[in-house]
Amino acid sequence: MTGAVLAPGSREGAQAMQTAALKGRSLWDDARRRLARNRAAMISLVLLAALVAAAAVGPYLTPYAFDQISKDDVWAPPLVHGHLLGADSLGRDLLCRLLIGLRVSLAIGVVASAVSLIIGVAWGATAGYVGGWLDELMMRFVDVLYSLPFIFFVILLMVTFGRNFILIFLAIGAVEWLTMARIVRAQTLSLKHMEFVEAARAAGLGGAAIIRRHIVPNLLGPVVVYVTLTIPGVILAESFLSFLGMGVQEPLTSLGALISAGAVSMDQAPWLLIFPSLTMVGTLMAFNLIGDGLRDAIDPKDR
Amino acid sequence: MIRFLLRRLLVAMPTLLLVVTIAFFMMRAAPGGPFASNRKLPPEVEHNLEAKYGLDQPLGVQYLTYLGHVAHGDLGPSLKYQDRSVLDIIREGFPTSLRLGLSALIIGGVVGMSLGVAGALRRNSPGDYLVTTLAILGVCIPTFVTAPLLILVFASSLGWLPTGGLSDIRSYILPVVVLALPQIAIISRLTRSGMVEVLGSNYVRTARAKGLPERSIVLNHALRAAVLPLVSYLGPAAAGLITGSLVVEKIFTLPGLGRAFVVSALQRDYTVVMGVVILYASLVIGLNLVAEVIQSALDPRMRLS
Repeated sequence: MTGAVLAPGSREGAQAMQTAALKGRSLWDDARRRLARNRAAMISLVLLAALVAAAAVGPYLTPYAFDQISKDDVWAPPLVHGHLLGADSLGRDLLCRLLIGLRVSLAIGVVASAVSLIIGVAWGATAGYVGGWLDELMMRFVDVLYSLPFIFFVILLMVTFGRNFILIFLAIGAVEWLTMARIVRAQTLSLKHMEFVEAARAAGLGGAAIIRRHIVPNLLGPVVVYVTLTIPGVILAESFLSFLGMGVQEPLTSLGALISAGAVSMDQAPWLLIFPSLTMVGTLMAFNLIGDGLRDAIDPKDR
Repeated sequence: MIRFLLRRLLVAMPTLLLVVTIAFFMMRAAPGGPFASNRKLPPEVEHNLEAKYGLDQPLGVQYLTYLGHVAHGDLGPSLKYQDRSVLDIIREGFPTSLRLGLSALIIGGVVGMSLGVAGALRRNSPGDYLVTTLAILGVCIPTFVTAPLLILVFASSLGWLPTGGLSDIRSYILPVVVLALPQIAIISRLTRSGMVEVLGSNYVRTARAKGLPERSIVLNHALRAAVLPLVSYLGPAAAGLITGSLVVEKIFTLPGLGRAFVVSALQRDYTVVMGVVILYASLVIGLNLVAEVIQSALDPRMRLS
């Protein structure tokens, strides 16, 4: 059974590859070329790579641990006692905490976006492909969730299950999938009547297999763009939660938690507010510029 | 038109019902209750309190009772504040949030649209790049970064404006600016991309060929079509803004609805939470409807049927 289902799909895939080879330049080649010409996006890509590398290995290179408390270093300004960016109210090294916070924020951003990606694509593609009353029902459900206040969801999840790290991922991802589902559904509707889908159906492929093998791969363009724009959205959402005291718990930290703590003590220690804020803005900016660049590259009609 | 509105209201009812249902049962699934916080009450007292508010009934009964009350426009009493109804609490917080949100929205709309149109008219000029850069910056600098920084400069250091609270009209300046900045960014971006698309379209070329003055082309012909995506963004955005921004209300210690909501959710003040959710959902539905009506007025292709 599986073999019979897979055969037409893979033959078609091989055929598509052949045509691409004949044409010489595929859609994706073109997109890559256009992206490479976008200076803001390329600079952002480099910046983002640097930030990711710093978050990954940076904490191991700093002379202090992120939760190392030191009585002598309380409110140490930048460059004092080997604290490159200063220390906080407990004498903890800001640079190290900043790198850990960046790591946590990036991780939450990626994982929650992946959650929203999986739910959103599955939901939107099913609704769009099946259509009819099921489509109506599924999208009405999305509309209903849209009119619930986001923070309400998250607060409830936090109080129901405790302040769990993994839960923050899930909670934010579970909210962010709504827009993804709408985008994917609209795209699926236009794909559904294309000839290659009809051909697959004529070849006897089932609905689930058509969605998996033919619809979803063709959704890639808009989905990739939207994911790059979801990640900064998620990082921002987590920061809002941390700012309201409902995000990551001490001594672990995130960019939002650092900014929140910095805002409290900005009169005596402005560096605690300024450095995390700059990191946050830089990260969000890099993601947004890459997302914009990708959109222009994949769908150049709006340039 | 009337038929369209009536049908929309009919569809809105089950949507609202679903929102209420989801919110009701999610709230109740959370552990703890309104009387189970810091000071432990004697069990008899707690039981009496629960009986007074009907919380000792089975959940299904409570739900149906609540629906019955809401259908009659009665949102019930607050469980945490003696002698105050949910309506009282909304009436206290909503005006502040409404004033803040509306001011931010109006400033954001006027400034954002002007910037967007200006950018689109001088496309790829230094001014245009400035607008685009500002738009990206505005989206990337969160309110909880701009708010403390502005307080640090204009309140703590210069002493021109109050750091928080609600004493006089000047207390509104910083919160409104903080709320308006991201709106300016988003609105200018939407307007610019809409204008760029419309200015290249055939009917604008026709209008030019007819010899219409540039001013009339931009304001009467192009802008009208260019703001369509903006209108559909503004519906839900307005609902979010006027029901209160949690972060801004917290930083500036303003007595708005957003703060009341978070406090109530943490204290399990079920009825207040439900009241705010109902208000928010109705606003989202209502404002989306308004957005659709405006869109149909602007674009005859989207005529309502």
